[in-house]
Amino acid sequence: MSAAIHLSYKVDGSDFTGAGTASAAIKRILREIGVDMDTIRRCAICMYEGEINMVIHANGGTADVYIDTEGVKMVLKDNGPGIADVEQAMQEGFSTAKEGVRDLGFGAGMGLPNMKKYSDEMLIDTEVGKGTKVTLIVRFPKGGGDGA
Amino acid sequence: MKHSVTLDKERCRGCTTCVKHCPTEAIRVRRGRAHIIEERCIDCGECIRVCPNKMKKAVCDPFDIINNYKYKVALPDQSLYGQFRNTGDLNLILAGLLEMGFDMVAEVAEAAEYISMAVRELLEKNDDLPRPLISSACPAVVRLICMRFPKLMPHLVPLIAPFEAAAIKSRKLASEASGLPPEEIGIFLISPCAAKATATRYPMSLENKVVDGVLSMTDVYKELLSAMKNVKDPPPKLARSGPIGVGWARAGGEMYALPDKKCIAVDGIENIIRILEDLEDGMLPPVDFLELDACNQGCVGGVLTAENPYVARAKIAMLTKQIPESENKAMSPEKFAMQMELVHAPAWKLDDDFLEALKKAARIEELRKQLPGLNCGSCGAPSCRALAEDIVLGIGNENDCIFRLREKMQNIAGSEKADDYLPPPFRRGKKREVHDDESQ
Repeated sequence: MSAAIHLSYKVDGSDFTGAGTASAAIKRILREIGVDMDTIRRCAICMYEGEINMVIHANGGTADVYIDTEGVKMVLKDNGPGIADVEQAMQEGFSTAKEGVRDLGFGAGMGLPNMKKYSDEMLIDTEVGKGTKVTLIVRFPKGGGDGA
Repeated sequence: MKHSVTLDKERCRGCTTCVKHCPTEAIRVRRGRAHIIEERCIDCGECIRVCPNKMKKAVCDPFDIINNYKYKVALPDQSLYGQFRNTGDLNLILAGLLEMGFDMVAEVAEAAEYISMAVRELLEKNDDLPRPLISSACPAVVRLICMRFPKLMPHLVPLIAPFEAAAIKSRKLASEASGLPPEEIGIFLISPCAAKATATRYPMSLENKVVDGVLSMTDVYKELLSAMKNVKDPPPKLARSGPIGVGWARAGGEMYALPDKKCIAVDGIENIIRILEDLEDGMLPPVDFLELDACNQGCVGGVLTAENPYVARAKIAMLTKQIPESENKAMSPEKFAMQMELVHAPAWKLDDDFLEALKKAARIEELRKQLPGLNCGSCGAPSCRALAEDIVLGIGNENDCIFRLREKMQNIAGSEKADDYLPPPFRRGKKREVHDDESQ
């Protein structure tokens, strides 16, 4: 048996309520492996924010998740509008989300900052007009999980 | 066995209704009979509720048990007051219990008022406790949190349940009233559900049992109806609870007792799991108090109640408007403090060794993709994902899947026409791509 897991999800761009599916699935798997609750929470938040971002800005996309002994790597890919100014987008509160989206309580400009805050490594590869690929890494604490 | 949900093996037909409805995936069908994986069961009673053959039961004690004691105290759960269409007179209902052979009644609703006041004090004075505080009144919820949401355990209100408070207080009162030593007093909870029945037998936050027996509310109800007819009019004044305590019987009742606090009340076990997931992820708006009732509509929706939960709920709502405020005075929360710390009971870990667990999880994902993703339940597990898990944990077999088995037989027979032999819903034509977002 190999000690690595690869999961891939399609994130439906038309459905807010569908966002969170991948996040919930990852939580379940990490819990079964016995990863500590804090790490699980960090992964769940990163994934959820990533899913929501793809729904709001890019009409959906794909999420690939790799889990091994070191930690979790999440690769979120979309064919959306791309990010013109990454530095600006990383600022808390900055958002290009439309009014309708904000009325729903999304688009507060915390998505990317949260992903940065809760991951150990974050890489954004984006091109205006083509799309965005965000790679997030959350490392397990040394000695694996404690199950708590 | 540390549970009160049990199966009547004779009557189980091996259908998978309960398997599908179990919120913690604790049931499997094996050899034509349902089996409960005990460490996963939280005694919520969903399986009892949905069983079409009525083969699942909550284990309660026979009524005769009260005769083992010289002095008998009834602890009617507050949901009892919602069971009678013809009367809203609490004194009549309680006098009926005395008529049935009890020497004393101690309302759980009265104790609920003390707990409500103590929770209010905790919310106002104790800043060491995390927010939101989560009600610890529903034992199924407490079990769920201890099993699946250990991170949220510190949020649970660190007080004993109302029926426990009522039992402790009434043993003392009964001993004084009768002159008998406390151990000769018999205390019996009239329970609306399996979870409370279990909680009396295996207390989670008390050092010792404080209740001597559990009577099913439906069983008591039938006898009580006729006993109430023998009560002389007007019935003696026995009720000591007011609208707050009685209101606990329905979902939202604990919340109504905290009118100036930000509260969310959730009923139904599936809804509760969802809100706890959100709380764990930090997705909830800031609130002071979460009231969680495993049964829809709250305790009036318990599987051992007699009345339709919606009718009972309306009855309770009406009573809370009609009955006078109680004279119960606030007591210090310390009086109701839990005596034991709650224990985390993990039931969702694949292996104690991290690397082994990871390997098993990888294997589960691999297997899941090979299974048809129909979640048909024919293998006896609630979903294809659960079967994959069972296979890896050694309690299931790949051939338990009839579709996998069919493929194998086909390969052996060299035929590709097996689809024609399947019932229409299961015919699938060409093979379909499986995504990870399926069969969660």
